[in-house]
Order: sequence, then structure tokens, then C-alpha cells
Amino acid sequence: MTVLRRPPLSRAARKEERTAWVFLLPWFVGMAGVTLGPMIASLYFSMTDYNLLSSPQWVGFENYAKMLDDPRLRQSLSVTFLYVVLSVPLLLAVALALAMVLNRGIKGLAFYRSVYYLPSLLGASVAVGILWRQVFGTEGLVNKFLGLFGVQGPGWISNPDTALYSLVVLHVWTFGSSMVIFLAGLRQIPEQYYEAAALDGAGRRHQFRHVTLPLLTPIIFFNLVLQVISSFQSFTQAFVVSGGTGGPSDSTLFYSLYLYDEGFGRLHMGYASAMAWLLVVIVGFLTAINFYFSKRWVFYGDGK
Amino acid sequence: MTPLKAAAPAPSPAPAPAAHRHRRAARIRARLKHVVLIAFGLVMVYPLLWMIASSIKPDALIFRDPSLLPTKTDFSHYADGWNALSHPFGLYLLNSAIVVLGALLGNLVSCSMAAYAFARLKFRGRAFFFGMMMLTLMVPVYVLIIPQYVMFSKIEWVNTFLPLIVPKFLATDAFFIFLMVQFFRGLPTELDEAAKIDGAGYWRIYFRILLPISLPALATTAIFTFIWTWNDFLSQLIYLTKPELQTAPVALRNYVDATSGASWGSLFAMSVITLIPVFIVFLVGQRYLVKGIATTGMK
Repeated sequence: MTVLRRPPLSRAARKEERTAWVFLLPWFVGMAGVTLGPMIASLYFSMTDYNLLSSPQWVGFENYAKMLDDPRLRQSLSVTFLYVVLSVPLLLAVALALAMVLNRGIKGLAFYRSVYYLPSLLGASVAVGILWRQVFGTEGLVNKFLGLFGVQGPGWISNPDTALYSLVVLHVWTFGSSMVIFLAGLRQIPEQYYEAAALDGAGRRHQFRHVTLPLLTPIIFFNLVLQVISSFQSFTQAFVVSGGTGGPSDSTLFYSLYLYDEGFGRLHMGYASAMAWLLVVIVGFLTAINFYFSKRWVFYGDGK
Repeated sequence: MTPLKAAAPAPSPAPAPAAHRHRRAARIRARLKHVVLIAFGLVMVYPLLWMIASSIKPDALIFRDPSLLPTKTDFSHYADGWNALSHPFGLYLLNSAIVVLGALLGNLVSCSMAAYAFARLKFRGRAFFFGMMMLTLMVPVYVLIIPQYVMFSKIEWVNTFLPLIVPKFLATDAFFIFLMVQFFRGLPTELDEAAKIDGAGYWRIYFRILLPISLPALATTAIFTFIWTWNDFLSQLIYLTKPELQTAPVALRNYVDATSGASWGSLFAMSVITLIPVFIVFLVGQRYLVKGIATTGMK
């Protein structure tokens, strides 16, 4: 009979709703003022000629048309694509391999995990960018190491043919966070599956191929999508390693770097905004492609 | 009395040494694995250790001698680097600390409030707004940074810390809302019900019940906010152009330009100093960092 003593539901519900709005107030203000509003403004700027000092001049799709024959834009796109295509698969492969090794009841797991994870926390910092300029410099660690085998390495960062690879290596060096996600995924695979496979006479390689890999595909996919989205937007390291120029000869002119240069270097705010929207389209497209092909290889279990 | 033994294939070619050999092979394999893992780990951290070692070597030795144990030490790089720019490096560290603490407080307050509403309260449009919040996770920062810059320069917030701190009080880091929503959803609703029966209002439930037991989620948020904001470069680069307002990463970058590599020793010394706070947070918060990244995929 407690039902009778409850206050009318509608009033309580209204109070709950009012409270929810109050709790969400900061988020609403942020959503409108710092996210949605600026997004709409960005769309508008992308169709104007705007240098921040005088008011924006409407030019329609001119900025987008200009992108079609902008050699630096093409260069920045190919640099960024090459960077993503080289570093992401390599990073994920290393991360998965080490997660596999560490997963098998190894002693000192916490220690190894920390050592491998640390670079992914420091990797985005300016300090590590500065370090990298030296590691891959003419007299840097890499060439000192090659010297042990009598190989005279090039000045990796001053050479347009190799500068990008030093940044790829830097990115792969930060595989630790992906490795931790893989480790968490591996832990989810029930031990019985392996026992059953072993009873059927499956060796380690078979177990990996038929138990681990299929069950891990959702995690691999998750890591892949995440890495593609974030690597496509890398900025700090290219900026620091190339001294802010994307050099030598635009060989490290990442898309984000070119966008920064157009927007904040030359105050072409309209063109930079158009570039930002092209980035949205590209990242969205890559993510969609990823999802499309995922149907062929990602295994969610139970008939799906 | 030993049927198992009887069932074994045959007594002939001594089974004991075979098992023994097998076990020894496994032990060698395990040991080999550790050797490879340690070697690989050493390669991973070598550049960092080398940077630390180089920061206390005389300049002339940095490139001639790549070993980690300096034969001669020289701590003057720290003093030189500290005073190399227009202000002592301590000021840049202080600026970084202000920005980081502001962002940290902002994220903790605003994201936990939004997460409480999304996870525990019923209101019209909840699914819609939640979806909208999740969508903002995918918006590239470059779409926002130009119009935000225009806006903040219009209200003359450029060259103040406000553009770096105020948005954090408006729950703009959707990652953390999501993280806390997941955490709150994992807590039994009986907690809220029981508190309600005891006469507690929503604010009390949020403040006195949910927040205290959500310490792991709050710690994860705090740690990631700390590290990301400390390392953040782009937004600090565009909003803080006055030397006396610059943060440590921006100052460090300018130092590269200013010296054009003249003294790598002092450049490394200041680099080491800017990495120390991240390293300390890493040591203190490791447990939460690993858990946070494993559940949400944040870096």
C-alpha cells in the first residue's frame, strides 16, 4: 500500500527533468558556444575570403575550387596518406605481437607493460619531437648504431627522401596504448577455447589463427579506426621535427601543418576552413570504408 | 596399483630424460623470451635515457659518446637552459601548471555533471542529446580551431589563459563524459533509490554518493587531462603569443628556433624538465591509466 503515499509521478518526473537540465547546463552552453556554433561558422568561413582583419567576403565555392589545383594541398595529402598507410599497420602489428607475448602468463607483466606504454604518453610532446631531431640527425643515435656495422647513414631529417620515415618510426614507437587495448581484449577470450582447441590437436599457430585472431577482430578493428582518425590529424611532431615548415622540400608537410600555415601563418581563414571541411569528408570517408570492409573480416560471434 | 603407468606406451627409450629435456627446453624458451623483451624495451627507452644522459654531459661529448654513463658530468646545461629565453623557464612551467589545473578542475566538474544527467536522470531527448555528444567525439579539431580562434580574438581573449580553460568548464571533452557515463551506469541504481527514500535530493545523491564511489573514473579523467593538457601544443601555440604567457612546450619550441641547435645540452635539459611532470603522473596513476585506456581506447 506504499503506492498511495508516493507523490504524483508527473510532478516527480518534472522535477527530475528540471534537475537534468541544470546538470546539463554547462554542456549545453559548451555544445552551442564552443562546438556547434563554431562548426556552423566554419562552414560559413569556408565560403568566404577572410583574413581576420576585415570582414569576411562571400566567395561561394571558390575556396573548394581552389583546392583542386593547389599543388601544396596535393603534396600534403600524399604525405599524410603515406604516413597513415605506413605507420598504422606497422604500429598495430607491433602492438598485437607484443600483446600476444605478454599475455601468456609472463613474469613481470606490469614492468614490461609500463616500459612499452611510457613512450605513447610522451610521444606527443614537444620534448620528444626535439629528441627525435637528434636521434635521426646526421650524427644522431640511429647513425651511430648503423656505424657499428660500417654503414654511413644519411642525415635522415635533412633529406627529403627519408624525413617522413623518421616520423613514421616515431609514431610506431608509441604503439603502447594500442598494445594495452589488445591486452585487455586478449584477456576476454575464455581459456576453455584454447583448451578445446588443444584437445583437438591444434598447435600454437593454429590456435592463433583459429581462436585468437577471429575473436580479436573487433578489437583490431576498433584500434584501426581510432588510429586512422588520429594519425590523419597528427600535428605537433611534424611541426617540431620540420621546424614548423613541413620541410625539407615539403616532404613532411602534413595536412594539419599546411592547414595551420594557411590559417594562422598567412591568415587565409576562409581557405583553411575549407581545408578543415575536406578533412571531415576524408576522415568520414575512411571511417566509412573501414566499417564497410569490416563486415568481411570482423567477427562478432554468434551468427553475426 | 599404477594403472596410468601401465597404460603408458612402453618402458623402452627412457621417458624420464625426455620429459626432463622438454621442461628444460620450455625454461630456455621462457628465458629467451625475457631476453628479447628486455632488449626490445631497452631499444624503446634508449632515446629517452640518452636524452637524460646528454643533458648532464659537456656539449662536446654528446655526439661523440652515445653511452648512457657520462664519463664527465656537467650540470651547467640546466642553469643555462633555465635562463636562455626572455624569462626564466620557471615562468613557463608555472603557466603550464595554471592551464593544466584549470583544465583539470573544469573537466572534473562539468563532465561529471553532464555524465550524471545522462546516466542517472530521465528527461525528454536524452537519447538524442547523448547521440549528439558522442558525435562530437569525431569532429576533427581543425574544424573548430579556426572559428574558435576568431571568436576568442573578437572578445579579446587571445593572450589570456581563458580560451584554454573556460571551454573545459563547459564539458567540451566528450571523452570524459562518456567515460563517466559508463562508470555511473555500472553502479547499482539501488544506491540512488535508497538515498531518495532517506530524503536526499539529486544534488546530494550526485555529490555525496556517486562522486565518492566514482573516484577511479575521476582519477582517470584527472590523469588524462593532466597529460594531454601538459603536452598540448597547437592551442597553446595560437592563443599564447606573449612571451610572459607562454607555456613550457611553446617556450621549448621557441628555444629550438632561438638557439638553432647551438647547445643541445641545455635544450635537452629543458626537455627533460618538461617531461618530468608527465613521468611523475605516469608513475602515480599507472593503474588508472591502464584501466582507462583499456576500457575507452583513449591515449
